Amino acid sequence: MTVQADLFCADAVTRIEGPLVFAQRRVEVGLNEAVEVIGTDGRVRLGRVAAVDETYMTIETLESTSGLTLAGTRIRFVGEPVTFALGPGILGRVFDGVGRVLDGGPPVAAKMRVSIDGAIINPMRRAKPEDFIETGISAIDTLDSLVRGQKLPIFSGGGLPHNRLAVDIALHARLRSGESEPFAIVFAGIGVPYDQAEAFRKSLETGGALGHTALFLNLASDSSAQRLLTPRFALTAAEYLAYVEGRHVLVIITDMTNYCEALREVSASHGEIPSRKGYPGYMYSDLATLYERAGRILGRPGSVTQIPILTMPADDITHPIPDLTGYITEGQITLDRKLDRAGVYPPIGVLPSLSRLMKDGIGEGFTHPDHPALANQLYAAYARTMGVRLLAGVVGAEGLTPTDRLFLEFGKQFESRFVAQPEGSRTLEESMAVGWELLRGLPETELARLSDEQIKRYLRKPAADG
Amino acid sequence: MNEAAIRWISGPVLRAVTRDPFRIHEAVQVGPKGVLGEVIRLNGEEITVQLFEDGTGLKPGDPVHGQAAPLSVRLGPGLLGNIFDGLLRSLGGEGRDFLLPGRFVLPAGRFHLTPLVAPGRILKGGDPFAEARHHPDAHTFQLCLVPPDRAGEVVTMASRGEYADDETVLTLRDGQGRSVEVAMSHAWPVRTPRPVARRLPADPPLLTGQRILDCLFPVARGGKAMVPGGFGTGKTVLLETIAKWCDAEVIVYLGCGERGNEMAGVLDEFPRLEDPKTGRPLMERMVVIANTSNMPVAAREASVYTGITVAEYFRDQGLRVALMADSTSRWAEALREVSGRLGELPGEGGYPAYLSTRLAEFYERAARVTTLAGKNGSLTVMGAVSPPSSDFSEPVTIHTKRYVRNFWALDRKRAQARFYPAIDPIASYSEDADVLALWWSKQGAPAWTEQRRRFLTLLEEQIRLERMARILGKDALPPGQQLTLLCAELVNDGFLRQSAFSVKDRYASPRKQTRMMGLLTRFMDRAEAAVNAGIAVERIAALPVLRRLQRMGEDIAEEEYDRFDALEQMLEADFGALSGPSGEEKPS
Repeated sequence: MTVQADLFCADAVTRIEGPLVFAQRRVEVGLNEAVEVIGTDGRVRLGRVAAVDETYMTIETLESTSGLTLAGTRIRFVGEPVTFALGPGILGRVFDGVGRVLDGGPPVAAKMRVSIDGAIINPMRRAKPEDFIETGISAIDTLDSLVRGQKLPIFSGGGLPHNRLAVDIALHARLRSGESEPFAIVFAGIGVPYDQAEAFRKSLETGGALGHTALFLNLASDSSAQRLLTPRFALTAAEYLAYVEGRHVLVIITDMTNYCEALREVSASHGEIPSRKGYPGYMYSDLATLYERAGRILGRPGSVTQIPILTMPADDITHPIPDLTGYITEGQITLDRKLDRAGVYPPIGVLPSLSRLMKDGIGEGFTHPDHPALANQLYAAYARTMGVRLLAGVVGAEGLTPTDRLFLEFGKQFESRFVAQPEGSRTLEESMAVGWELLRGLPETELARLSDEQIKRYLRKPAADG
Repeated sequence: MNEAAIRWISGPVLRAVTRDPFRIHEAVQVGPKGVLGEVIRLNGEEITVQLFEDGTGLKPGDPVHGQAAPLSVRLGPGLLGNIFDGLLRSLGGEGRDFLLPGRFVLPAGRFHLTPLVAPGRILKGGDPFAEARHHPDAHTFQLCLVPPDRAGEVVTMASRGEYADDETVLTLRDGQGRSVEVAMSHAWPVRTPRPVARRLPADPPLLTGQRILDCLFPVARGGKAMVPGGFGTGKTVLLETIAKWCDAEVIVYLGCGERGNEMAGVLDEFPRLEDPKTGRPLMERMVVIANTSNMPVAAREASVYTGITVAEYFRDQGLRVALMADSTSRWAEALREVSGRLGELPGEGGYPAYLSTRLAEFYERAARVTTLAGKNGSLTVMGAVSPPSSDFSEPVTIHTKRYVRNFWALDRKRAQARFYPAIDPIASYSEDADVLALWWSKQGAPAWTEQRRRFLTLLEEQIRLERMARILGKDALPPGQQLTLLCAELVNDGFLRQSAFSVKDRYASPRKQTRMMGLLTRFMDRAEAAVNAGIAVERIAALPVLRRLQRMGEDIAEEEYDRFDALEQMLEADFGALSGPSGEEKPS
């Protein structure tokens, strides 16, 4: 008779293949339950039960199987899925990719243990995200506003300042009401090089935010199967801080591209049929189980806002990683290499950027009644500018109509004065003022997105009025 | 009841041994928690089951209970105004912030019943036998139908009063003398289309209140439309807008593998919006089925069938029903995932070879029909498609295109300029337009066909000329062509662009649409005449009326038809002034 408890099982392993360990099933064990695989070297490797039948089981180890032997390897059964022990003490601490303390400090005093897969939030119990977050960045605040409970990724490329942008957002994000509600930052580094992780820690420290930050670091040198767990541990911590401790949590995950690479690697080792570019067919569902963990719940004080960062392979937005992410997240902030080269910071490519939840958090009663129209008109004008640039590239600026030339000038100003903000963070009012100022350079007949009232109020100089 | 014991389990698929006669597609409950699943393969003493929920903790030896029926949903008066998961289980209930796998039974809803039949009456399948109301004196009611596969003579009929929706209220004696018990709600297998008496040609338009759809690419009642578009092109906003303003009597909104926050938005917004025709909250005519992207994939595969079965149930009451499915690509991906797990030979793009058949079966369930009870009802289906990399040549898009009559392609360029709805007027088409022209001419818009044709030609011409201008420069184009560009711009800005968030603009009645089309046509006529008379295009572009026309959708509300009259006078006056004393030349 088999029993279920915290127990060991030795000399049961019959086959090891990549991250998969096949063993005889001598104890009662259920699907997805956590196990520890302990080699003769004494190293403990986390794993979970991937398949069971009457006599055998398949264990997927989440760390390297290198060094394991068939004889002598012991398996310890936990009797429950992978969990994370959480308490208020996780803030200010550094963990590895699977939630083990990494900063040399004492272990965290646990208040509760939670399955790292998280439970599905009942869509009916979700609160609609509508609290505008001011990030201090004009292109985001005015054109692609972030709201609490949103998941807004940064689509970037190698060498672009996405990490700096993420830290800027984390340090400046505030509600306009000025209320100080308890907040926290959860940072998950997936497959990041050590120096990058360290730079992150430093800038949070300089910004005075380290005390309410929990860092999860899966370094580039750690095993790839572990990368799949890092965001799950981080999000479990975030959910705890939000829904149990009542904090507003901003989760920054970098770099999701490394996560997807790990997913592909693990899927291949399972012998699964690959889909686009070798990524598994379930990548959409898998990413959704992470991204959908952003949100707010009715009647609970906290919120989880996610800013995942991903580097687009070869700057290609149609690559499966950004493509599937874009289908799940509520918009995206896209960084533009050309702007970066021109010295614009933050180099936000405005046209391909989008915030789907913006409409719920701006306008009358939220930010400013004329905010939506301004954003709309800036978008329309800048899109027109792009068309004009294309034309100018062929026929030259001389071949353009006078109106088109005004748009060229508008585009230049828009990038150097609105998108770029050398003076540092701006309030929404300051950002909007720059926006109106730029529109003043365009003929009124071209501003179909603004009402007569708005044109009169913002664009006519007092002398020209009437 | 059939029983089996788990032999092997991995992910959402398990194999179990049994001696009982399980059937293919039979619904099952697994393990101590009663996790839901479906039999997908039979092989001797072994059955293969796909789980609709997370199977964490299940182990060999755990029991599998057969439900002796294929996956079915319970259809009744409790559906309207509520939100369900992909298997039509209510998401309501106190304290359910998170969804856990396994049995969850909400108490049956209670409704006030008013009988429509008396003992002795012969009832066929699909005949209404009672009205159900939330309150005894509510104006709105729903019909209770005899299940389509039941019939007989009424033996007992419950009297007026309050009953649970699963309580027997009617007994029939069928042809063989057997007694048949009927409740206000009945179960129906989701993969079987509900029968109808006759299919009718799709005819009057399903009005959406969206100008680009109603005037350029109209869909008929009982029609089928697809909305393909990459991420961020506004599929969801478009489908939500149609759900809000279209003139269907019941809306089934199916969120298939989409975002949880979007569902929260729908639940927040719809109860506060009013139906323009009845004045009741829009939520009262809605059924929301939410399988968000983090819910199990196998349930996503079933949710599409759940949605269309619910829609058919309302159609059978003789109602005008519209189903929005967002997004059918997630459903196709679920098919692919399940098929891959079964080790089936993959076809194009890894999708199973039967993808096309499944899509055809789904869209064929859209129709305008005469119901079994002899009434007319319709079910219009609109499905969003999310092509990977916005590539319209991928399998789901091309196969869906073969079975729908309306193609509303969303364009990334338009979306990036925040030009909504971002429907590409060149790539889109409507096969229903010819049939619907008759309806428009009966509504007092005899010129509809011609104006529509003119708008479409104009927009196509614009693309060609812009390509030319890129080589020659805009100034090098002859005045006639410059005018074409100006007019095309005006049609885009003043007619096709429509703000879903502006109170005045979000819904346009056929009358407002006709008026706007007429004004724009008039502008084009006058402008062409002026250019032919030698007036420079720049002078036309500088006319004050142009800006008024660009913004008339947002500026002029429904019922303010005198302002359209004023706008027309302004138009005539502006052109009059052009060719008047200040103009250098007079029109011929």
